[in-house]
Amino acid sequence: MAKIIVVTSGKGGVGKTTTSASFASGLALRGKKVAVIDFDVGLRNLDLIMGCERRVVYDFVNVIQGEATLRQALIKDKHCDNLFILPASQTRDKEALTKEGVEKVLQELAADGFDYIICDSPAGIETGALLALYFAEEAIVVTNPEVSSVRDSDRILGILDAKSKKAEEGGSIKAHLLITRYSPKRVEAGEMLSLDDVQHLLRIPLIGIIPESESVLQASNSGTPAIHLEGSDVAEAYKDVIGRFLGEALPMRFVEVPKQGWLKRLFGG
Amino acid sequence: MSFLDYLLGTKKKSASVARERLQIILAHERAGSRGGPDYLPDLQRELIAVISKYVAVGQDDIKVSLERQDDYDVLEVNIVLPEAAKR
Repeated sequence: MAKIIVVTSGKGGVGKTTTSASFASGLALRGKKVAVIDFDVGLRNLDLIMGCERRVVYDFVNVIQGEATLRQALIKDKHCDNLFILPASQTRDKEALTKEGVEKVLQELAADGFDYIICDSPAGIETGALLALYFAEEAIVVTNPEVSSVRDSDRILGILDAKSKKAEEGGSIKAHLLITRYSPKRVEAGEMLSLDDVQHLLRIPLIGIIPESESVLQASNSGTPAIHLEGSDVAEAYKDVIGRFLGEALPMRFVEVPKQGWLKRLFGG
Repeated sequence: MSFLDYLLGTKKKSASVARERLQIILAHERAGSRGGPDYLPDLQRELIAVISKYVAVGQDDIKVSLERQDDYDVLEVNIVLPEAAKR
């Protein structure tokens, strides 16, 4: 049975697509059969982050409207044989997505033997975002340690609790907090909300911390999901997220400032 | 922050300001939507009806709010008695 997971945040630019790409790739690296769907109709970017933008022929809306089969629209990832990307439409307007259409595509993917379906939500709380979370069983709420992102994440948690299929059936979506762009140095200096602060404010279990890093830009420049950047702290942090998602007990890493010499500590770095 | 900054004393950290502001705004916004029970307005109306049997209180003199703290909910009922009622 396929498990549907939405990657959401409310606020834009916090790392939803970066996370969707790395999360989907990480599950695929563990041997799972994974599909990742871009719900951002009109502003698609998952294809760029996954490095398959030149191989897009058909898209999500084409499949919903019967202009292409799912098999024609799915793009096989260049790194993992068991990972497929369903790109969003770049030209249609957002209203092209319908609840029935999305459900049909998800059912077809499930029947095709996919283990996980990752829904990359657009920012905001409009149709695309609501449809991305509607059928989800679990949610990864991507949050930056910053006031507007925390507030928007809280809003999205309210929507997960109220407007999802699970909620309508009397259940609830299992939400995981993923803090991205975390800078231990700035937290220590009292300039950034700590992971404890964010966790206390949002009150959902933490699945991981992704440190602020230059390698995220390098990854998007080259169209390689950050999890593939061997040796980078971001790749390691995303691998930990996958481990925790699959039930492994792993300590949080990259949350402390690396130890400095006493001279640097005395005069500031 | 270097040790010298610490010795010289520094102003209030911006992260703690952010935390306090968020605590207030999130509590306020959750009261309106997230998981907030919808019986609060009814409860408030009935409380007003009961209390006004004994004391002259107005619609705005009773405030009912629900706040979540870690593992438990706190139902806060705040009644402002009019000056005349005290005597």
